[in-house]
Amino acid sequence: MTENVLTLDAVSMFYRSLPALKDVSLTLTAPGRVGIIGPNGSGKSTLLRCLVGVVRPTAGSVTFNGVDVRRCRGVFAYLPQRATVDWEHPVRVRDVVTMGRYPHRRAFSRLTATDHDAIDEALIKVGLDALADTRVGELSGGQQQRMFLARALAQQASVLVLDEPYAALDQASVAIMERELDAAAVNGALVVIVSHDLSALVSRFDTVVLLANRIVATGEPGRIVTPELLATVYGWSAQPTKPER
Amino acid sequence: MTFVNLLVDPLVNYGFMRVGIVTAAVVGVTCAVLSCLLVVRGQALLGDAISHAVLFGVVLGYLVGGEVGIPVGALIVAIGSGMAIVYVTRHAPFKADTAMGVVFTVMFALGLALFAVFQPRNIDVFHVLFGNILGVRVSDLVFTAVIGVIVVVVLVGAMRAFTFWSFDPDGAAASGMRTGAMEYLFTALLSAAIVGALRTVGIILVVALLIIPGAAAAFVTIRLATMMLVASVIGIGSGVGGLYVSYYANVPSGAAIVLFAGAVFVLMLLFSPRGIIRRRQVVLQDDRGQL
Repeated sequence: MTENVLTLDAVSMFYRSLPALKDVSLTLTAPGRVGIIGPNGSGKSTLLRCLVGVVRPTAGSVTFNGVDVRRCRGVFAYLPQRATVDWEHPVRVRDVVTMGRYPHRRAFSRLTATDHDAIDEALIKVGLDALADTRVGELSGGQQQRMFLARALAQQASVLVLDEPYAALDQASVAIMERELDAAAVNGALVVIVSHDLSALVSRFDTVVLLANRIVATGEPGRIVTPELLATVYGWSAQPTKPER
Repeated sequence: MTFVNLLVDPLVNYGFMRVGIVTAAVVGVTCAVLSCLLVVRGQALLGDAISHAVLFGVVLGYLVGGEVGIPVGALIVAIGSGMAIVYVTRHAPFKADTAMGVVFTVMFALGLALFAVFQPRNIDVFHVLFGNILGVRVSDLVFTAVIGVIVVVVLVGAMRAFTFWSFDPDGAAASGMRTGAMEYLFTALLSAAIVGALRTVGIILVVALLIIPGAAAAFVTIRLATMMLVASVIGIGSGVGGLYVSYYANVPSGAAIVLFAGAVFVLMLLFSPRGIIRRRQVVLQDDRGQL
């Protein structure tokens, strides 16, 4: 298996004159689970959007195995924050999971048996097979998040990128998500999660990146999630055992 | 006189009704398919914005190329304005409605100014704004049909991509879809469809056909594909039904078509499964269940 490497080289992102990201350089190697943490406004979501090629950074480059991420097809699966999606949209659960197969097919071609197998398998993995024909707006928050995960699994993406996946999620959904993300990482995927919730991080990630519009620290969770380092970005009251809200 | 006579006689007796009714149906389908995407993307007034620019294109096209220049000028200006709105939206520090507001008012003012200065005798502003089904010739029908076929083939053929793009544009872009190109393509198709509807309903009332069928279909469908199908039926029904209303009630064709579509919308609003009356019943049942 070739080694998949995601590289950010001196990435900066400015909104008008405000820097959301300043000179961020990072090399992430698959397989693995990476947590990006930082307080609100620390540039986490912006970093993710640069990383998957949704936006182009003001300066610097983001490459996957040497190729500009904006030209990669089918490599990235992005799970948006639930609040940013219009849940009135007329799509069923199965339709959304099917979207994961689009990068594998040309615009006008039909889906194959391989596609349908991948879709069914993904639905079963996240426990939504019984709700496949339900309209997305009728799902609970946890089910909606699992549906997006199923889309990523059906895509068989090399890099899974999740923006605050556990915000206001029920425990059962968190457990399913964790199980499947671990499995994806074991199977060779790179899983990148952005969160401002520190509580679960220590055991869950291979690498943690502490962000405050620039990289404050990066490394094993045990070295990063320390009162001293957290204090520099969250203020003195933060504790690794308590979620920052 | 039977009901069949009422439907058939105008077609037998008048060539303009035959051409008009086919054109109205084509316009109905074309706009209906687009309306679904406009409605689900929350961009209902994008069509309004582009349509206002068409007056400028009509006058400019006529001044440059006479009668033949009208559709060409309208097409170029409509697509150009659409592209401009997308470009400004993507590159300016404000939202789409602002970009639309700037582009369409300026283009509409340009159209009016150009019209006032040159006063082209063969252009009736009233017809441009509100359509004139009596003036639809076979060549116009062919022009409208070519645009309609392109719009429907692209949107239905690439339905999956357009579903993804309209539901979760960031997710679509991340997975490798060229969402920027899709936005320009969609806007170009929309612009062309507006020009195609110029003679039938005019540039003001085409806005209704770009919103109402999709909005009405949203009451009864949970998939984009079925939504497009239902909207198309409503679009054709409104085009054809409206034209008959126009014929018998002596109402301008554009107005009749839009009123017909509006009536369908009100029926959906009231009586569809997700409409007001059914929802009330559900609420009442829930209340009883709690007692």
